Amino acid sequence: MSTSSGSKISFDTEWEYSPAPESTSHVTIEPQYELFINGEFVAPQDGTYFETINPATETAITKVAAAGDGDVDLAIRAARAAYEDSWSKISASERGKYMYRIARVIQERAREFAVVESLDGGKPIRESRDVDVPLAAAHFFYYAGWADKLEYAFPGKAPASLGVAGQIIPWNFPLLMAAWKIAPALATGNTVVLKPAETTPLTALLLAEVIRDAGVPAGVVNIVTGEGSTGAAIVDHPGIDKIAFTGSTEVGKIIQRAVAGSPKKYTLELGGKAANIVFEDAAIDQAVEGIVNGIFFNQGHVCCAGSRLFVQESVAETVIDKLKDRIEKLIVGDPLDKNTDIGAINSKPQLEKIEEYIRIGEAEGAELYQSGCAVPTQGFWCRPTLFLNTSQSHRIVQEEIFGPVLAVQTFRTVSEGIEKANNTPYGLSGGVWTDKGAKIFHMTSKIRAGVLWANTFNKFDPSSPFGGYKESGLGREGGLHGLMPYVRME
Amino acid sequence: MIEKAKSTSQRLPVAKTYKIYVNGKFPRTESGRTYPLPGSREDPAANICLCSRKDFRDAVVAARAAVSGWSGSSAYLRGQILYRIAEMLEGRKDQFVSELVRTGLTKRVAAKEVAGSIDRLVYYAGWSDKVQQVFSSVNPVSSSHFNFSMLEPTGVVSVIAPEESALLGLVSAVAPVIVGGNTCVVLSSYTKPTSAISFGEVLHASDIPAGVVNLLTGQRKELLEHFASHMDVNAAVYYGEDSDEIQSLQEHAALNVKRVAIRSHSDFQKASSQGPYHILDTQEVKTTWHPVGI
Amino acid sequence: MTTSRKTETPAFPDLSTVPRVDRVGVEERCARFQTRSIKKESKLYALNLVLSMIDLTTLEGQDTPGKVSQLCYKARHLHDANPGLPHVAAVCVYPTLVRTARKALGDSGIHVASVATAFPSGLASREVKLRETRFAVDEGADEIDMVISRGHFLAGDYSYVFDEIAAVKQACGESHLKVILETGELSTFDNVRRASVLAMHAGANFIKTSTGKVQPAATLPVTFVMLQAIRDYYCKTGRMVGMKPAGGISKAKLSIQYLVMLRETLGKDWMSPDWFRFGASSLANDVLMQIMKQQTGAYQSLDYFSKD
Repeated sequence: MSTSSGSKISFDTEWEYSPAPESTSHVTIEPQYELFINGEFVAPQDGTYFETINPATETAITKVAAAGDGDVDLAIRAARAAYEDSWSKISASERGKYMYRIARVIQERAREFAVVESLDGGKPIRESRDVDVPLAAAHFFYYAGWADKLEYAFPGKAPASLGVAGQIIPWNFPLLMAAWKIAPALATGNTVVLKPAETTPLTALLLAEVIRDAGVPAGVVNIVTGEGSTGAAIVDHPGIDKIAFTGSTEVGKIIQRAVAGSPKKYTLELGGKAANIVFEDAAIDQAVEGIVNGIFFNQGHVCCAGSRLFVQESVAETVIDKLKDRIEKLIVGDPLDKNTDIGAINSKPQLEKIEEYIRIGEAEGAELYQSGCAVPTQGFWCRPTLFLNTSQSHRIVQEEIFGPVLAVQTFRTVSEGIEKANNTPYGLSGGVWTDKGAKIFHMTSKIRAGVLWANTFNKFDPSSPFGGYKESGLGREGGLHGLMPYVRME
Repeated sequence: MIEKAKSTSQRLPVAKTYKIYVNGKFPRTESGRTYPLPGSREDPAANICLCSRKDFRDAVVAARAAVSGWSGSSAYLRGQILYRIAEMLEGRKDQFVSELVRTGLTKRVAAKEVAGSIDRLVYYAGWSDKVQQVFSSVNPVSSSHFNFSMLEPTGVVSVIAPEESALLGLVSAVAPVIVGGNTCVVLSSYTKPTSAISFGEVLHASDIPAGVVNLLTGQRKELLEHFASHMDVNAAVYYGEDSDEIQSLQEHAALNVKRVAIRSHSDFQKASSQGPYHILDTQEVKTTWHPVGI
Repeated sequence: MTTSRKTETPAFPDLSTVPRVDRVGVEERCARFQTRSIKKESKLYALNLVLSMIDLTTLEGQDTPGKVSQLCYKARHLHDANPGLPHVAAVCVYPTLVRTARKALGDSGIHVASVATAFPSGLASREVKLRETRFAVDEGADEIDMVISRGHFLAGDYSYVFDEIAAVKQACGESHLKVILETGELSTFDNVRRASVLAMHAGANFIKTSTGKVQPAATLPVTFVMLQAIRDYYCKTGRMVGMKPAGGISKAKLSIQYLVMLRETLGKDWMSPDWFRFGASSLANDVLMQIMKQQTGAYQSLDYFSKD
């Protein structure tokens, strides 16, 4: 592997994949979407709506209600009433059965959810179909089973529900994050007011339909769409017992400050800048695949993305060559095409932010490499991007870009790898690639992060706790440990 | 505590200088400031260090330096050391009782508090190698991966110890933090600091590595903000019910997303003032994935 | 095949540099290939390419000259109802039937491939294997499909395996050598990768997964591991080596997935029967049915396609 003949693989084949668009015939988009409060779709009190656009075409898809303070108040009152009148009174096993129903209906309407998710958020249909939607259903299925078994989750304690949970979710996994938030809350007997991100409200509203159709008592789940001010109204409302937030570290800190002095419990799932460390004794080809999956999954709009690559010097040339080859084959384009690997950047501001970081990286003297793929003219796109020869002092290494941009560094020794991996205020995830078992455990125990992927990356499962160390957040979502933020222990 | 010689024939007792415990040593505050030991009119020479933010800063440096060794030591060893602290405390029971009596407790209550403190240390010593077993999980993920979640210490913890329960409260605050592999900087009771200072001496005699527990004396209103805002502190444990303090602590903790545990216990003898969930407050859950297949 | 290297003695490779392989990662990647949706023109293009890459195979104890002649006719006339179809790449038979096949195929351009070296077990003396190879070549085989000595490989006697391949390569003369690793007996992907490196360094023109007599035979993951070995060998030496998955590929859809994998791993230069083959007996008719479906819009029945 050390020597090279200079022979290059050419991917310029005559055989091109014909367009393979996912059918949208089974999807109906309403001209206007309302707030879901107390089991009904209701218009916002002040009649304000905003447009949600398709980031792949920049055209408006539909109008969505913007919830004001009054609407949020109504939703929280509905959630409180539902908590007191129904949800805390019905048996735990019945609670679980409602959740099983939700899981089943998501499965039944999976294709519809996937198409709407890709339309509204820009992610490739392959991911919304194979990852987001099945995982969302799996989360409900997983937590449904916990509802009547909670006493086994907290040894020595009797867990009790908290009341009303205010939940604010981001635009990168709109349906999946809604499921991550709602499922454990319901399983533990809480009611919910959830705010989807303003650029991706549609699948949460579809989920509202599913919840209504599943017969869940009115007010148990309320969904209020809107911008940051809607989220702030939830956080600040005295009727909230618990805040669950997924989003930027910046906003997470604002929320933590905002709830200071109040009895509100909170969990925060924030940003990251994960190290993905490749040792010379790794299964190199799978490591390259893991690097690609680590940074280009969901256009890099992933808080746990492996955005800092560390390659041991002895294999750096090989790995980088293979990585360059690999990204040439990534297909960027129409999110609804079944062959698309990288879809549209979620929004114009996000694209501008990514492009700004690409300019910063170049100004910092890092070596830019982008795949040669074609991208559509309309819509928000970013080619898979590598920055080579970066160092810890570069801003593109330190700051979360939240896009398909990988900063590549080399390292020599194990201790150097650990030191650089941990040299960040973040601590959400990390990756280690080596074929040596003892080294894996050494690395995974030394890296200060909540999720460690060894010889794999970006894997998720409802039974697997997820959450960060340090400024990447606090509390866990998923698995047994994801129940704890939603209970009070007596 | 300084006793006057009652007559010319009696020897002059050697009085103790109250110093803080930082990095396994007993320095004075860098500020050079002291405050008179509250309620000791008969001991005008008894002065307590009035620690500054720089003392806190130095203590955090010591605590951070100790994290790697302490968190890397075996759970068994940490249990042994906590048990050793209990042994040392048992051996100096009388000293602690008499110090507590000077804070106003009856001898019976003081003896009960010391005994409770020893037992609490033994209790947490026993958790050292069990908490991981009880609260870890192997997660049955759907893909071909082995996946497990386990606890790891969060790192450096700042502890605002209970004001009233000078020894048992202190032990109840510190033991769950350190048994889980964290290191800590503790602000002791302002009005009853002597137990904390003497507890430092017990720690010093107990094989606990330098820097794992650092005990400061001083005023909450001066130091709380720094305990909450220091960027190299990962978590804060607060005992008390002062809503302004709590709000300030939580606001400052947001600077680096500190984990914050707020506890108010009026009776530290109660079983509810201990438990593995107190250990969990300063633990992180780490989940590890690995493929299964040849 | 561009480079001729039969005069130089091949050097035993440094096996310590052979990369490790993680099975789960390989399987995940292959699952991604399988999600590629190949429709319309791209499907038709692929189906025709698959046909041209088939080594139409019969390797039964009951094979006779009559059977082989019929197979060769099929090779030349895949489906005369549909003119313009390519012919297959080769017909693959036992050494004693090479002469029959050679005659039946005439100047069609279809190669005659012969298994050799005590196929399928490979348990014979070196001398017997070399004599059998020379016999097949003398009978008119353009291509020799040898099997490696899996027992020696698994016992760690890599130099035995290497020397044997090199010796057979020499015995092949101008004929091309395909080296069958029999991956179903190698147990791990690490072994597959290592055996691929051994075979290529010893002079293989193609590496091939399986005899078809052992399960599992060809799979997407094991083929992927071998394609990556070919890629690395090419980048290191500049010499192209071909790939032949064999056994278990009977459906057009699966064969297209192989092409997707080939396209995204080795790219343009390997997308030809010179560098990629399918060892298969029943694949051709399924591909033909798909081609007819693409052309007529009607789903097809095997009753309309000849079985030889």
